Amino acid sequence: MSSVLFDVPGPKARARYVYLNIITLLVVVGIIGFILIRFYQSGQFTAQKWELFTYPLVQQNLLKAIGATLSAFAVGAVGSLVLGIILAFGRLSDTKWLSRPCYWFTEVFRAVPLLILMMIMYYGLPSVGVTGITPFIAVVVGLILYNGSVLAEVFRAGIESLPSGQREAGLAIGLSNGQVLRSILLPQAVRAMLPVIISQLVVIMKDTALGFLITYNEILKYASDLGSQGDFGFPVVPALMVAAVIYVGLCLILSGVAKFVEFKMSSRVRVIKAKVGIAG
Amino acid sequence: MNVLIDNSELFLTGFKNTGILFIISAFFALILGTIVAGMRVSPAPAMRAAGTFYVNAVRNTPLTLILAFFALGYPQLGLPQISFMNAAIVGLSLYTATYVCEAIRSGINTVSVGQSEAARAIGLPFIPTLTLIVLPQAFRSVVPPLFSVFIALLKNTTVAAGFSVLEAGAIRAYLSERGEPLLPGLLWVALIFILLVLGILSPLQRYLEKKWKVAR
Repeated sequence: MSSVLFDVPGPKARARYVYLNIITLLVVVGIIGFILIRFYQSGQFTAQKWELFTYPLVQQNLLKAIGATLSAFAVGAVGSLVLGIILAFGRLSDTKWLSRPCYWFTEVFRAVPLLILMMIMYYGLPSVGVTGITPFIAVVVGLILYNGSVLAEVFRAGIESLPSGQREAGLAIGLSNGQVLRSILLPQAVRAMLPVIISQLVVIMKDTALGFLITYNEILKYASDLGSQGDFGFPVVPALMVAAVIYVGLCLILSGVAKFVEFKMSSRVRVIKAKVGIAG
Repeated sequence: MNVLIDNSELFLTGFKNTGILFIISAFFALILGTIVAGMRVSPAPAMRAAGTFYVNAVRNTPLTLILAFFALGYPQLGLPQISFMNAAIVGLSLYTATYVCEAIRSGINTVSVGQSEAARAIGLPFIPTLTLIVLPQAFRSVVPPLFSVFIALLKNTTVAAGFSVLEAGAIRAYLSERGEPLLPGLLWVALIFILLVLGILSPLQRYLEKKWKVAR
């Protein structure tokens, strides 16, 4: 195995790698050990701080908080994908008065921090008399506006990376511009851009945690509420550890599912290619 | 306009602190990210595993949670106390470093194998091959994605507002305390970010991208 950076190791190099491995192991064990000992000495592992999680009510509320995170993610993800496709179509349109606004929309909403968008929704709009903005709506609208703009760029890049023959062939058999986009270019672009789309979905999942800062009752908010329970010795660190495990788990499951879908889609393409091969 | 002029000192302090957070975190993220990228492409399996674990664990954790840990959890550990500003810098650096690492790693993979084979052929060991031959080329092709990472970092600094750092994201809370109109104030904050990103960072990104383009 020769990579960009190193050759197949000889006997001397192999011995050196063994030392490197041992040193790395020692450093990593040292860091983790230091953190664990620090946690232990400051009493983060005492039963008092973890007892909270054995209560059924706490467990139920934690599940509710996970549900809140997931619902914000689901609505945000679907909305962003839809908005992204619409904006990408708008930008690729031949009409100037449609493509320019879509261009500026994506540029502007990608430049504003997501938290500021959510604050404008949750604190700004009610101050000028807009009513009915719940934290959920603020979180979801913020997620859709920001990630929709990011995904629009992704879709556009995907569509523009396709060979121009695809579009020309579609037009040649009499499809309209919109039909070509919908039934020829978009399906191929989505497949080509799937890894990027997936990582953007993981970003949406992580960004739901910003809802904590505008009082949306999701996992992190509930964890910090638990952390302020004086009766249990302010279990901030245990609560954040639980929240971190849940978030990492959710993100890994999401990327796992997405990888599976990607695999399924690519294997379908392979079958089609194989058939074409036989026919040709 | 009135909100901006009446509270100009608030906006100035806020964006000054945003700038400090951004520059210091970018500096440390760049160093740490380069080290981790080096670990992830190193020949020693343990180093690769450690780098991969760090990147995967941190990239799948929300930034809000990381900052919450350093602002709320860290003071309970009985270690030397750090200010909220420094806590935010540590959190932002650790988080951004994973993205820097991935950007650099993808850049290393764009350098052709012949380059390092030539380096080895003239007898350079691993570290000089990495620092003299591969990384200088990798950094060039890495400029556009690296800039995107830093633009994201600039926007991410606003999250620190939730953890007692007076920066751009916290301007809203102060305005609301003073009874100033919130929507114009927030729109000004958004506008300044748009100017910073679309007016300065993005053009700079395009300029450097053009200047340092690698001819292949």
